[in-house]
Amino acid sequence: MSLLAFCEWLAATEGSLALHESIYMYPIVESSHVLALTLFVGFAVILDLRLLGLILKQVPVSQVADRLLPWTIGGFIVMNITGVLLFYAIPVRTYQSIFFRAKVIFLILAALNVWFFHSRLYQRIAEWDHAIITPRAARRAGLASLVLWGAIIVAGRMIAYNWFDCDIQPQPAFVNWAAGCVVPPPAP
Amino acid sequence: MLLPFFQWCETLWLGQVVVGSVWLFPVIESVHLLGLALLGGSILLVDFRLLGLGLTGRAVSELARDARPWMITALIVMVLTGIPLFLSEPIKCYYSTAFWIKMTTLPIALVFAFTVRTRVTRAEPVGNTARRQQLVGALSMALWFTVAAAGRWIGFS
Repeated sequence: MSLLAFCEWLAATEGSLALHESIYMYPIVESSHVLALTLFVGFAVILDLRLLGLILKQVPVSQVADRLLPWTIGGFIVMNITGVLLFYAIPVRTYQSIFFRAKVIFLILAALNVWFFHSRLYQRIAEWDHAIITPRAARRAGLASLVLWGAIIVAGRMIAYNWFDCDIQPQPAFVNWAAGCVVPPPAP
Repeated sequence: MLLPFFQWCETLWLGQVVVGSVWLFPVIESVHLLGLALLGGSILLVDFRLLGLGLTGRAVSELARDARPWMITALIVMVLTGIPLFLSEPIKCYYSTAFWIKMTTLPIALVFAFTVRTRVTRAEPVGNTARRQQLVGALSMALWFTVAAAGRWIGFS
């Protein structure tokens, strides 16, 4: 089964239809997704700013990371649950949204950045825990995190707009390719 | 009573520019959201600490002092982006309950943040300040939560 076929199957399920057509549930899930951002991205930003030496300069990096991480993870779980539900409510259109696809790519890059930070840089935290100016690699990771989560927020917000939807044609060939639109060949 | 004011807002140049553009509203809205993330981090960092959560190993005053410039930056970004968003649809806002909830709680949250909360976060912890700190942290979070949730809900009305 292709991903598109899976999304079409998902869209026909009872739960997807119910959530899509609900008056209050969809807005509540959507609002939870946005509000959880304040906790998840908010605390990620605090750690990033600390890595850049712009906030909490007197606080060891490990203290910021260790004390905020459980809450960041909590926020991330809420973002994931609500995010999956939002996709579940509108599967086909979201799957074929170039903004959603861009968001997924940014999410993968952000995940790689987190993995790189924790598996490489954080292992040697003792060497620079108290430094206001952290090692260049740590500053890069912090900056990359800020840029990526910002891009994820913007791309996520843009999913709501239908400029590049598959059912609005003609679109540039690149858009149809990037969105995976199934466009019938022009009539001869 | 305020309807004429909102009607006048609708005629303003800035709102018309936003209305006349396909992408300006989404872009401003996105920056509004980026501001929200920063505002969330800078406020929750201190409110969590007031509740005895998060960076408990540091003094409240230290966290509040460090978070303050970022909170103010985020507030400026949110207001500067919020105004054109409002001016692009003032009549819709006028008839939106969510908008009025936001505009009622926003000034309360702002005044609270720069009076009571500032004073409590600057005070040296003496005697039984823990309960007052918890109360202030919880109130601050409740107020900003209402502002943010009502703000999001304007879009659904």
